[in-house]
Amino acid sequence: MLSDKDRIFTNLYGFHDPKLKGARSRGDWSGTKELILKGRDWIIEEMKTSGLRGRGGAGFPTGLKWSFMPKEVGVRPHYLVVNADESEPGTCKDRDIMRHDPHKLIEGALLAGFAMGAHTAYIYVRGEFVREAQVLQAAIEEAYDAGLIGRDACGSGWEFDIHLHRGGGAYICGEETALLESLEGKKGQPRLKPPFPAGVGLYGCPTTVNNVESIAVAPTILRRGGAWFGGLGRPKNSGTKIFCISGHVEKPCNVEEEMGIPLKELIEKHAGGVRGGWDNLLAVIPGGSSVPVLPKEICDTVLMDFDSLRDVRSGLGTAAVIVMDKSTDIIAQIARLSRFYKHESCGQCTPCREGTGWLWRVMERMVLGQADLAEIDMLDEVTRQVEGHTICALGDAAAWPIQGLIRNFRPELENRIRAARQHATAA
Amino acid sequence: MNITPEDEAFQPADFAFTEENLAAAEKIIKRYPEGRQRSAVMPLLDLVQRQEGWVPLAAMRVVAAKLDMAEMRVYEVATFYTMFNLKPVGKHFIQLCTNIACKLRGVDVVLETCQHELGIGVGETSADGQFTLVESECLGACVNAPVAWIGDYFYEDLDVANTKSLLDQLKRGEAPKPGSQTGRQGSCPAGGPSTLLELAAPTSLTTPFGDA
Repeated sequence: MLSDKDRIFTNLYGFHDPKLKGARSRGDWSGTKELILKGRDWIIEEMKTSGLRGRGGAGFPTGLKWSFMPKEVGVRPHYLVVNADESEPGTCKDRDIMRHDPHKLIEGALLAGFAMGAHTAYIYVRGEFVREAQVLQAAIEEAYDAGLIGRDACGSGWEFDIHLHRGGGAYICGEETALLESLEGKKGQPRLKPPFPAGVGLYGCPTTVNNVESIAVAPTILRRGGAWFGGLGRPKNSGTKIFCISGHVEKPCNVEEEMGIPLKELIEKHAGGVRGGWDNLLAVIPGGSSVPVLPKEICDTVLMDFDSLRDVRSGLGTAAVIVMDKSTDIIAQIARLSRFYKHESCGQCTPCREGTGWLWRVMERMVLGQADLAEIDMLDEVTRQVEGHTICALGDAAAWPIQGLIRNFRPELENRIRAARQHATAA
Repeated sequence: MNITPEDEAFQPADFAFTEENLAAAEKIIKRYPEGRQRSAVMPLLDLVQRQEGWVPLAAMRVVAAKLDMAEMRVYEVATFYTMFNLKPVGKHFIQLCTNIACKLRGVDVVLETCQHELGIGVGETSADGQFTLVESECLGACVNAPVAWIGDYFYEDLDVANTKSLLDQLKRGEAPKPGSQTGRQGSCPAGGPSTLLELAAPTSLTTPFGDA
């Protein structure tokens, strides 16, 4: 288990003061100027050394992403955009950072912004987080008043502004280019890539979009050194991570743990175990609603990191662990996710616009068993027609939960259909 | 939410921001670079909704003029984002999450409780205009499921009993305490944290690092 001295988010639960005074007492804004004076290349190298992979779900190396920004700032200004549109079902970690440790995010934005030549950051907060946005805004104002950001941030000579922008309740805006469209005052529909945001992003200018957690861990990484963070976890899966454990556990909670912690240990040590004991476990969705569900046999031993979960054909995603015990109607739960993706499809790409509706309708029939056995394969086939054929990953995200269901719980689907048939014959 | 011809009946002929909101709008527009004022469309529609409780067509026209946008572009944004109410809603707009984490923690019975206690179905507004009830997608507070979003606040860890109590308080015109309805601190495990034990007591706060 991760020791407390290696935990970054020491006010995760909000037991302490989230304001500047409290943040400083926890080490935030300590030596920030010195970190800036070490220069852009040093910051990016330390971030690369840390091995930090993006905490928004895709797991792209953060330091590398920062290095994609043009080295020199030309006529077009550079922008940092922080993705706080936390909406992946099961996920509620960025919320805690914004309401309880907002200064980690603000300090991280300054350091990241400096490292990529940006004088301006926009933090795009999902609209439902009204209170979180208020706390974050208050913290931004405190940082301005204390000279930590603004004209001469921390006395470093770097000018840096942070603006908060609230979203309007659209899951799709968590996709980085949809977020940029939304920030520009349009419908949140993803852009074709290339061009990538590092070349053509917000207002057509070089832009990097990072998740809240990726930015908020940066100051601690830079203070303690990339090697410290890189020494935690497993190779290529380093550091600490906030896990959100929801569903059928005794004590649902968020917790910061070491990457690569066994799933079973995570649930038993921090969430009080599965309701009714480990043997009462049916399945776990290990990384937010978009990643394929895992049956208990895999959960018994799997480690919680990007590569371990990829190896069992699922994913770490946002590290939102959704636990389901044996009382769960797993078909109904996956059908609920299909309804979600249908609701959130932006309608731009045909496979997603038509496919998500199609998948949901078939899934609703599967819940009742009102289908032919052959339709299970057809359902799987349709997910593969959607997957990989859309501009953004929402199409994939709609496909994967169903693929996971069919791969790991096919007998459930078959039995439901047979039972419905028997019931109909008996009647 | 779509606007239908029948809705014309309650669309006001005109709209004006209050002086306070007009000032707020000017401040918001300044957050974005010169010539990029269109970025302010969502924040301005949000201001409208805070003022009126919903977003009338007349307000979209005012926002369009203010930001030098085609009216249709504002309409496009207002209809794309689910948070904008294009029709009036009750004083207490209850958005109950029914996505997976809430479903696993029993939101189905919480939803039934709401319907029963308020005497309305999903998508309906009570006759006295006090309550509107809708199902929402994931609100992002999953370890405190089930969750309802009412006004500016989340009400978390809902069950049948505390939902009844919550609705009773609203009916009486009281302001129920937001957050966990079972008394949990944030996303901390019930009964106390499994980590950060030395920091758990607020008395350990006093180790200032001095000025940065």
